[in-house]
Amino acid sequence: MTWSSFLNSSGPKILQILAVLVIFFGFYGIAFAAGARLQGKKQNVLALSLFLVPALILAMTGLGIPAVQTFIESFKNADSSKWVGFANYTRAFKDPDILLAFRNTMLWIIISPVVVTALGLGLATMLNKMKREALAKSLIFMPMAISFVGGSLIWNLMYQYQEPDMNQTGLVGQIMKSLGIPLQHLLLWSPWNNLFLMAVYIWGTTGFGMVILSAAIKNIPQDIEEAAQLDGASGFTLFRTVTVPMVKTTIIVVLTTAMVGTLKLFDVIHTMTGGNFKTDVLSNRMFDEHFVYLNNGRGSTLAILIFLGVLPITYYNIRSLRAERKH
Amino acid sequence: MATLKLKKNKPLVAPSGTKPFTSPIASAIVTVIALLWTVPTLGLVVTSFRTKEEILSSGWWTSFTNPSFTLENFRTVLLTGGGSLGSEGMIPFAVNSLAITIPAVVLSVGFGLMAAYALAWIPFRFSNHVFYGLFALQGVPLQLSLLPLLTFFATGVQIGGHQILPPLGIVGTLAAVWFPHVMFGLPLVTYLLHNFVSALPRELLEAARVDGANHFEVFRKIVLPLSLPAVASIAIFQFLWIWNDLLVALVFAGGTDDVAPLTLHLANLGGSLGSKWENVAPAALFSIIIPLIVFFSLQRYFVRGLLAGSVKS
Repeated sequence: MTWSSFLNSSGPKILQILAVLVIFFGFYGIAFAAGARLQGKKQNVLALSLFLVPALILAMTGLGIPAVQTFIESFKNADSSKWVGFANYTRAFKDPDILLAFRNTMLWIIISPVVVTALGLGLATMLNKMKREALAKSLIFMPMAISFVGGSLIWNLMYQYQEPDMNQTGLVGQIMKSLGIPLQHLLLWSPWNNLFLMAVYIWGTTGFGMVILSAAIKNIPQDIEEAAQLDGASGFTLFRTVTVPMVKTTIIVVLTTAMVGTLKLFDVIHTMTGGNFKTDVLSNRMFDEHFVYLNNGRGSTLAILIFLGVLPITYYNIRSLRAERKH
Repeated sequence: MATLKLKKNKPLVAPSGTKPFTSPIASAIVTVIALLWTVPTLGLVVTSFRTKEEILSSGWWTSFTNPSFTLENFRTVLLTGGGSLGSEGMIPFAVNSLAITIPAVVLSVGFGLMAAYALAWIPFRFSNHVFYGLFALQGVPLQLSLLPLLTFFATGVQIGGHQILPPLGIVGTLAAVWFPHVMFGLPLVTYLLHNFVSALPRELLEAARVDGANHFEVFRKIVLPLSLPAVASIAIFQFLWIWNDLLVALVFAGGTDDVAPLTLHLANLGGSLGSKWENVAPAALFSIIIPLIVFFSLQRYFVRGLLAGSVKS
């Protein structure tokens, strides 16, 4: 690539970035200059319409209205031309492929959030006040910055398969060979391949759980810990009777966040197996129904089912938010 | 609800004191996990410096005992391109990633901060309802909105055969990718910034109002400068989230390489090149380098943003 070809293809895009910034800051610069002269009720109205209304319109156009449309489409056929009642829903619970996606999604929701939370809590507890705490944390936290696409490729490399009599090029295969475990095409090996995919998610998310739980642990008042120690608690007893109860709320936050994350998880499956080899999940299946099989009705139905899965968690969050606001 | 802490330079490591688990076993476990979390990335880094023949014939870890490294892979990926990499390598896709991420971050944080101020400090009827409504939208998975939004971009709004709103005419452009990111990000961004802005000292804002400052001046002279640390944390968050996104890009970049970000191109490479690791590895490394730099140089802000979003005090 040369400079001129770079400027040809990328120049206009860089100008576009600048144009967006100039328009946004220019518009609001003028609006603020004009608004500063107003007083009384007039400026209240202008401030609300410039501050709040754009955000509300964007959020409604982007999420609110489309969600309602998807709900309606879920009762229509493939090209949304006819009403079909609950046919898409009844089919979703009969189609073996979709049932498999359900099963895998359930596995994901049960296993990965628990592992992420348990590992995060264990690490946060063990690392607390340990030497080189910051370094270890950085290393474990680092995958958070890596996209799941990048992470999937990184793990593809780890999982590479070669015939047993060949030099192994995947580290996992090499370790299995050294230990005398029969070699496997790890990503084709159902149902265990689901676990190998989850490893990517767990690798990418444990740092999140660790950092949040670590902050909560550091917030435990010193005297509570000391009192427990005076009573003779130490090691695991201290962990069970003081640490865990004191950070219970945070544990729930990490657990529910990871649950929502796994329910919506798409990138790892799409990049590593494309949902083949019995690894499909709801989110990937939804994408395929919409954009591969071009069936709006079925795709929308799966989207609604994902929403229903997230709903209890949203409800729980709003309830605790209201409780906090009342205080 | 937790608020972003203004305290700067708060160390992540607490002063030494009592500890539930400090034993050689704990140290060993932590060391093993830290290694386990680092080795896969190291594998990618090492692989991207090996020749095609070496990659096919031996594991990357053998390069430590038998080192021979090459920069040729990076030359292909960054400069000459070729094959599925595209004729110009990965750099145009990095430009796309930037051209999607920068507008999306600036607009979502900008609109979010103003909305947060309005909800916290401009009294109006239904203020609480709007706040809860916006909060509830966080619970709508973006999966629900992909196809209707794409249709809206392409055909506008039609009711009963009448065109109410014309098509936006942005399909196939970069705007079609960053615009959804702004919309999807707003509920969470507004909520997090609201936590912060609503916790600013009431006396400070009221004193300014008494001195004759209106909302525009209060926002520009007091709220904006005081919110910068919070804005930084959330902007980093949004940056990583949008830079690393695949699903939105897959749907809204419309399958054209012209506006595809790095993640999308990389996902296609991983599929189409299969085992061509001499291309995939350096391309993947290139795609994660910018988020890693952002992450390591701004880690403190990032952690603060993370905590603001999740820890309840």
